[in-house]
Amino acid sequence: MPRLTEDPLKTPLIIAGGKPMSANKTGNWRSARPVIHEEKCTGCMICWKFCPEACVTIEGELPKIHMDWCKGCAVCVQECPVDAITLENEEAP
Amino acid sequence: MTVKTSIPQDEKLSAGHLACQGCGATLAMRYALKGLGTDTVLVIPACCWTILAGPAPLMSVGVNVVHSPFACAAATATGVSHGLRARGNEKTAVVAWAGDGGTFDIGIQALSGAADRDEDIIYVCYDNEAYMNTGIQRSGGTPAGAWTMTTPGAAGAERPKKDLDAIIEAHHPRYMATATPAYPEDMVRKFKKARDIKGFRFIHILSPCPPGWKYESDETVMLSRLAVQTGMFPIYEVEEGRFKLNVPVAKRKPVAEFLRRQGRFRTMGEPEVAAIQARVDAAWDALNKRA
Repeated sequence: MPRLTEDPLKTPLIIAGGKPMSANKTGNWRSARPVIHEEKCTGCMICWKFCPEACVTIEGELPKIHMDWCKGCAVCVQECPVDAITLENEEAP
Repeated sequence: MTVKTSIPQDEKLSAGHLACQGCGATLAMRYALKGLGTDTVLVIPACCWTILAGPAPLMSVGVNVVHSPFACAAATATGVSHGLRARGNEKTAVVAWAGDGGTFDIGIQALSGAADRDEDIIYVCYDNEAYMNTGIQRSGGTPAGAWTMTTPGAAGAERPKKDLDAIIEAHHPRYMATATPAYPEDMVRKFKKARDIKGFRFIHILSPCPPGWKYESDETVMLSRLAVQTGMFPIYEVEEGRFKLNVPVAKRKPVAEFLRRQGRFRTMGEPEVAAIQARVDAAWDALNKRA
């Protein structure tokens, strides 16, 4: 059977485009916020590794939780091996 | 300046997706994409990820996605794979990404066919043990004793979980593996490895679900880990028929530690827990004989 490569399509391959979902700020789902206490943090990045939102980034030696998207699931609070993250209630604006 | 991490730092999952707090399936996708890279096409049948992938033109994954009907993730992936290969593209990974309903029940015919034909696809089942996207109805992946909307009452689901891994293994796939989000290094490695194999590959991911399993969202990774440490979900791989246990559990924890943390097993009595313990013990004896 002839391969399609011998008669290449004129249309370009579609590349994943559109806008990332980060346009959708999910931070307002949160009822409690994780707070990193930098003096305790060892920079092991376990909070980054286990964030289901992918909203923890590595800033130099320390992790940073981006509150625009954090839904407050508290997986990072639970998994932090040195208890450097605490969960604090959100105040209603 | 740069911190060393045990998994790649490149991020393909975008924040702002619509998953519930503490979703295990988003962690699974995050690690899968770290292993697969951007040269990947996802084929997603009806499941939670239909929603999580984002309403067009918004996307929560940085790769192409084909949405397929419920029953035919494997068939659609087969078509995508053949189309790409016919155009001379041998390297793009085609990944069917289905939930347990779309794998254990509705999609099993297409899956069995694709596995039998040794299609060049990776079939991933992220298994949250019920139809979670439609509001927690029992699937073939639901374990015995679990509460769901369709197995109400104290007794919960009557039938034990379908042994899907045995069904898949009976198809002699090129590669098959189990994984769970508590072991990200293992999961990333398996997706990297699966990517470089040609032919049919299958990865079964146990994906904890806070609203469906009825636990607090912060315990997702903990429960995922407990499922392995209690022996309920062994982590292994089978490559061309060769079995390898990837996470040997020297001293298994009692299954009650896993079950009692979840509201879906709240009404389960001691005899039922003992029965599950006995089933897990027997399964491990069989595994240890293979390893």
